[in-house]
Amino acid sequence: MKLGDVVLKVRSKNAGPFWVTIDIFCDRPDIYKRVRDGLSSTSVAQLYRVPEQTLKRFDIEDLRVVKFSLPRPVVQGSAEDRDMHGAQYAALLEEYELG
Amino acid sequence: MPTRVLVPSGVLGLGFDRAALARGVAMRPDIICIDGGSTDSGPFSLGAGQSKYSRAATKSEWRSLMQARAELGVPLVIGTAGTCGTDSTVDWMYDITIELAQELGQSLKIARLYSSQPVERIAAAAKAGQVTPLTPAPELDLSNLSNIVALAGAEHIQAALETGADIVIAGRTTDTATIAALPLSRGDAAGGAWHGAKIAECGALCSTNPTSGVIMVDFDADGFTVEPMAESAACTPHSVSAHMLYENSDPFHLYEPGGHLDVTGAHYTALDDRRVRVEGSRWIPGPYTVKLEGARIGGYQTTIMAILRNAHYVGNAQTWVDRLTGFLTAEIETRMGLTPGDYRLDFRLIGVNGALGALENRIGDPAEVGVLGIITARSQDEAGEIGKLINPFVLHYPLTDDEELPTFAFPYSPATTNRGALYEFALNHVMHLTDPMSAFRIEVSQTQSKVAR
Repeated sequence: MKLGDVVLKVRSKNAGPFWVTIDIFCDRPDIYKRVRDGLSSTSVAQLYRVPEQTLKRFDIEDLRVVKFSLPRPVVQGSAEDRDMHGAQYAALLEEYELG
Repeated sequence: MPTRVLVPSGVLGLGFDRAALARGVAMRPDIICIDGGSTDSGPFSLGAGQSKYSRAATKSEWRSLMQARAELGVPLVIGTAGTCGTDSTVDWMYDITIELAQELGQSLKIARLYSSQPVERIAAAAKAGQVTPLTPAPELDLSNLSNIVALAGAEHIQAALETGADIVIAGRTTDTATIAALPLSRGDAAGGAWHGAKIAECGALCSTNPTSGVIMVDFDADGFTVEPMAESAACTPHSVSAHMLYENSDPFHLYEPGGHLDVTGAHYTALDDRRVRVEGSRWIPGPYTVKLEGARIGGYQTTIMAILRNAHYVGNAQTWVDRLTGFLTAEIETRMGLTPGDYRLDFRLIGVNGALGALENRIGDPAEVGVLGIITARSQDEAGEIGKLINPFVLHYPLTDDEELPTFAFPYSPATTNRGALYEFALNHVMHLTDPMSAFRIEVSQTQSKVAR
């Protein structure tokens, strides 16, 4: 099952020019637990090809949200940047097969 | 003393519900605060020192806010004027304000807070060990920086308000500073002031109807209460607390000049079906630092766009682009004497991996593929020359030697477009200040209304 088919929404945005943040809105407590326990930080780091120790993770039970922040793969606005707002990075997690 | 702050929208230029604004004015706020900026759309605005939003949209919305201010007789504050908060965009906003003051017949005291930083000041501070990098920071390199700004805090807005200004036009400020300033100076809870400012800084984004814009926050000695002004919107504990996630790499801590906000102990209570009460947020004082932003010219760009529709070429688009790049690299060297260290030539396959590049892990079967060629060179002339040189090959280059010359679709003529300077964000550092005002300046002026005829 793809993550995006289970949760309410996956959103990514810049958090300033040097970070991207990805919010997974799980909506229901059971789905929150499934995502929290089924989505490892290791697999997220691999998906975005960043060292795992640079990944920040927040499991926010009150909001039923799992949030990740990672240094932007390329600095916002540099010649390598393909997504100025960082909003399409979410697609990778939406399509992630949740075990 | 309780303080009522009206926030018409997350940013001036995006629009707001005018009926909701009128409802907000009727509730007699003590101040109107709006943000005018964002780094989210990229470094161009900062690099060029220009507003991203149109003058017409800005003026039309500012007119409504100036009218609301006049009706209430309270200060109106804009932070990060002109989307980037350079001195040039503060002056741009000031010109619009003067124009409107004449059109509306208003006499105004206007305070301008300037945030641009001369490179010499940053260099001297760095030399004195007063510039600290944040993770992940690029190496501190002050060459070729077109504009540098420092993010002003609440102290700077308070100083501008203390001049007795009717309108404060601030350069780069933190998103929260304009909203937190008055509650802080009136002695409301510091944790609540900063937290409420963070919740309200994107306007109605913290409500169930984000596009309605207008939000009211009441600050007091124990916390804050937030309410949307549009009848179609509601604030719920979920919508309010979820806003701490937005564009924030850490949803529990927010660093500001002079300390940080900690919301780990905050509790959110629905007062009714529209209003949310928040208490328990803490402000932890720290060293007085201001964040720096800078944009550097990373070259000049020219683009070219071709569309592949023939199935043979669509199926082999990456192979075609790789072969074409090899050929063009040699051509550019032969004809212009430029080696790959002198320029960049990137082809992006739109419809294949255009947004994610190497991170893309999905293989599709597109009907057509857009090939966007981006040239980055040391000057616009050089980029344009490379563009013209490669144009015929982007149009006609074959996949193999023994096939007929293909011809691809070009969506426009001329095939190349000069984009001007490429700006890139260059600083992720803070500067330590002993006196908050030492890196900022305030100018106050008085306008006279036209004599009514």
